[in-house]
Amino acid sequence: MKIKRILAAAFMALGPLTAFAQQGPLRIEITEGVIEPLPFAVASFVPENTGATEVAGQIAQVIGQNLSGTGLFREIPRDAFISQITNFDSPVQYADWKAINAQALVTGAVNVAGDGRLVVKFRLFDVFSEAPLGDGLQFVGEAQDWRRMAHKVSDQVYSRITGESGYFDSRVVFVSEAGPKNAREKRLAVMDYDGANLQFLTDSSAIVLAPRFSPQGDRVLYTSYETGFPQIYELNVASVQRRQLNVAAESMTFAPRYAPNGQTVVYSLAQRGNTDIFSLNLGSGQSTRLTSAPSIETAPSFSPDGSQIVFESDRSGTQQLYIMPATGGEPRRISFGQGRYGTPVWSPRGDLIAFTKQNQGRFHIGVMRTDGSEERLLTASFLDEGPTWAPNGRVLMFTRETAGAAGQPALFSVDISGRNLRRVPIQGSGSDPAWSPLLQ
Amino acid sequence: MTFLKAAALLTTVAVLGACSTSADRFGDGSGTGPGAGGITSGALGDPSDPTSIAFFNETVGDRVLFVVDQSTLTPTGQATLTQQAAFLTSNPEYSAIIEGHADERGTREYNLALGARRASAVQDYLVTQGVAPNRLQTVTYGKERPIEVCSEEACYQQNRRAVTVLTAGLGS
Repeated sequence: MKIKRILAAAFMALGPLTAFAQQGPLRIEITEGVIEPLPFAVASFVPENTGATEVAGQIAQVIGQNLSGTGLFREIPRDAFISQITNFDSPVQYADWKAINAQALVTGAVNVAGDGRLVVKFRLFDVFSEAPLGDGLQFVGEAQDWRRMAHKVSDQVYSRITGESGYFDSRVVFVSEAGPKNAREKRLAVMDYDGANLQFLTDSSAIVLAPRFSPQGDRVLYTSYETGFPQIYELNVASVQRRQLNVAAESMTFAPRYAPNGQTVVYSLAQRGNTDIFSLNLGSGQSTRLTSAPSIETAPSFSPDGSQIVFESDRSGTQQLYIMPATGGEPRRISFGQGRYGTPVWSPRGDLIAFTKQNQGRFHIGVMRTDGSEERLLTASFLDEGPTWAPNGRVLMFTRETAGAAGQPALFSVDISGRNLRRVPIQGSGSDPAWSPLLQ
Repeated sequence: MTFLKAAALLTTVAVLGACSTSADRFGDGSGTGPGAGGITSGALGDPSDPTSIAFFNETVGDRVLFVVDQSTLTPTGQATLTQQAAFLTSNPEYSAIIEGHADERGTREYNLALGARRASAVQDYLVTQGVAPNRLQTVTYGKERPIEVCSEEACYQQNRRAVTVLTAGLGS
């Protein structure tokens, strides 16, 4: 028997009744109108040998946090469970899970192999259809990577229910900040998307700004004042070796970002007070000028196919967004609303541009289509800026700074419907987040 | 039953590679030294000595302020810069780095570009007043180095500045 589902969502315009009328297999469609988080249960992951007991509990906990953290799911607390899973291969007692209204059930088992590696198995069940949702899977990895395995399970669950790829097994590079506003110390740091496994990549001897991941996630571009001037650098995340990408000594370069091929970098160069956009071929070291207006041109970001660049310019008199061919050429303006628009970032899905908007003393994170239509502001505060896309193009992370002498920056995330605004848990203050691709 | 089918299909889909977890492997902290973070050191001298850096900073005035989102020099700013140029002309042993700054009410990259514009406006003015271009460098700090920390116009107007920082010795 098919139970009516409350999962599927509808556009607001269609009204909530549409959503309740949905039938069929377990499915959340992520649209503007997700109505109610899907109740799900993560059974205790069964430790298959004694060494696995603690990590099994931790993995199940991280999976629950990941899914609940999306705002699309609501985890049913374990003390509400009627039955416990003690054997990964035993039949699921669907009635026990229906009784607590668990629409989805995640079961799992963990064992520590002879070589010390972890084997993490899981299955996902559509409780009201009384059927597994996809095949059972197992992940094998080093014991220290247990969080990554929990993230990979979570990505599978998210993906099977939403039909979208996940974003949990990903990292975020950002600027860790400390100290007062007029003597802020900044250093590059990288962490899991959820704030775990923090690692510093630079010290705080020089100001560092706006890191960006390579499309492979192995390298980071950023701006540093190491020489006394803002200049762009590339850093290898694994070795923490860095190199200066500058074309000319004592020039000022900033706002670097990779092309999708990972071999071309776009950046801004300020010369005689004028800032323009250039591209740099990492292989040949050759730089090419892409803009040559007397106005400010900065914050370039490639389309996912590499054919176009969105950037900001004040050529009209105020900061606005423009799109030009990746080889340069005549740009077309796409932002026409009130206020100033900056820091455009092309969605990995190609459909949207995220941006910072300043209007009437407030800062917003927003999205618009690539032709500038359907602008939606997702946040508002004293100072929100610098959005970065989750690998699946469904969530944005950004900097939110509070006002006043004691003002501090923090990292926040919001989904593209404007729901689920959350502070990303990091120690201390942080700014300028940049999301990695999904890890391999 | 379907769950048994699923069990039969249980497969290894991924072997996670070793992932670096060692903390703080960020090198030896190189990057300090002259100019790092824009910080230079040097004797300020006696403020009553009209050839000293202290005299320049306090009596001539080392900075000019800007209107919101502008890099045009105000009449007050031009008067200060005329004095700066006179000082630099009579004290050829100094060179200068002109720092351009912005208040916090802008996005990071734009403010870097705006700071560059402001520093350049000061450089251009000093050059028109006879200071040799090779004695002047510019650097932008965007909104990274406010001197006043409140979030009000009283602070913002002090932060929208270009500061002429003298160093002894020609060129650098």
